Amino acid sequence: MEANTRDTGRLPAAFLTPGSSSFMDFLSEHAPAVLPGSRPLPAVEGAVQAPHGTTIVAATYSGGVVLAGDRRATMGNVIAQRDIEKVFPADEYSAVGIAGTAGLAVEMVKLFQLELEHFEKVEGSTLSLEGKANRLSTMIRSNLGMALQGLAVVPVFAGYDVQHEKGRIFSYDVTGGRSEEVGFTAVGSGSVFARGSLKKLHRSDLTEEQVCTVALQALYDAADDDSATGGPDMTRKIYPTLTVISDEGCRKLSEEEVSALVRTMHEGRLQHPNGPQAPLT
Amino acid sequence: MSTPFYVSPQQAMADRAEYARKGIARGRSVVVLQYTDGIVFVAENPSRSLHKISEIYDRIAFAAVGKYNEFENLRIGGVRYADLRGFTYDRADVTGRGLANVYAQTLGTIFSSAAEKPYEVELIVAEVGAAPEDDQIYRLPHDGSIVDEHGSLAVGGNSDQINSYLEQRHRDDMTLAEAVKLGKESLARDNNGGEREVTADQLEVALLDRTRVQQRKFKRVLGTQLQRLLGEDESTGGSSSSSSSGGDDTEESSEGGSEE
Repeated sequence: MEANTRDTGRLPAAFLTPGSSSFMDFLSEHAPAVLPGSRPLPAVEGAVQAPHGTTIVAATYSGGVVLAGDRRATMGNVIAQRDIEKVFPADEYSAVGIAGTAGLAVEMVKLFQLELEHFEKVEGSTLSLEGKANRLSTMIRSNLGMALQGLAVVPVFAGYDVQHEKGRIFSYDVTGGRSEEVGFTAVGSGSVFARGSLKKLHRSDLTEEQVCTVALQALYDAADDDSATGGPDMTRKIYPTLTVISDEGCRKLSEEEVSALVRTMHEGRLQHPNGPQAPLT
Repeated sequence: MSTPFYVSPQQAMADRAEYARKGIARGRSVVVLQYTDGIVFVAENPSRSLHKISEIYDRIAFAAVGKYNEFENLRIGGVRYADLRGFTYDRADVTGRGLANVYAQTLGTIFSSAAEKPYEVELIVAEVGAAPEDDQIYRLPHDGSIVDEHGSLAVGGNSDQINSYLEQRHRDDMTLAEAVKLGKESLARDNNGGEREVTADQLEVALLDRTRVQQRKFKRVLGTQLQRLLGEDESTGGSSSSSSSGGDDTEESSEGGSEE
């Protein structure tokens, strides 16, 4: 729907009506057709074929939290895209990683980013990290109809909580159920393998560089056992993305930084294909 | 009971304009200045939380004088307009010119509608471009007209004196510190050509900085950074003005780099 006008070109009354600081609330009143959740659902037979994002890993460290994603999108047994981005900054101090139907997930992220920015501009202050996590819950819940038709979106939300001065991770189920994770989590098709890897490698006192390596190792293990998860593509120079969130805000590591970490890890894997080994006791 | 007198359209409009202008003239002013890296806004505003200057979108900011509830309403309308437009099309499709047009239409319709009281506000919509010549500044008076401005301008209570003061002193290649200082000095002009005392904590300062790495170029200048820009720091106060202002600039640019 057009943003402005009707006849006179002036702002429609809805724009000037005092009300909620939420952009989604504004849309649901003024332009409900734009909202993903309020679209009519056609009846479909069987699952809809659409590109799916696969594995996202999140882990905390002493100064914050890191979100890492592989780059593969699959459609059935076909690789739909080799260099998809699945981790997006939500605002200055948080980011969201997406697994599930790529098209819907990217749209949800766009709306979520806008929701946080809109609140910030209207109110002149930012939402609390809990507030942001709850907002994302609401958005997933509004997608439930499509999720039941096989178009599920399952994000993981991570951010630096400026009030409590630590990194925090929230994971979700398709119904919008939210749970805070301690230390680490993974979502998507390769998540079982990534989580097993994280469980053995993750410690609470890691440095930023160490936690990035742990996340890369977990993604490598996921790609090793899950065909839908992509490993680092050394020939095409397509590496996983790493987004670090600390008290300095959200920062995506550059390609050079990631490639250095990936190459070190790769060297190690050439010697020990199963990766680093945790002590037995 | 009494028969209404005939009032000519000219007279009716003149009355409405006078009403709005009087309301605007009661408030303190806002000045807008172009400097090398963008556009800076300086307002006299004793409140910490009720802003006269705000972000609208990535490269677009808003400043206003007059009645708070009226311009706040317009500000939120503008944020909604920009966010909806950016969401339905693309972030690049939200422009200062588009926003200024919508504001002009809105103010114009309100001004000429007999059913509504004219808004006692004057707005500024500014968009920072990739280069100084792409910067856009629009002034929107209460009646819905729209003026394309360059360099510097002031709106609000004392704008005539302030504008003539700015015209003589403003250059397009000013540094941020110079522009903020000029803004502060210009706000200190009073009606009789005299000067008042305006301190850093009475000022609201914000800028659109084209060199910012982030997509959103709007930034508030607060506390110690503002004092440093104004040269109110004890360490720089006094003797050699040229060396101390040079020191401000380097400090400011190093701070800008490390801060994000």
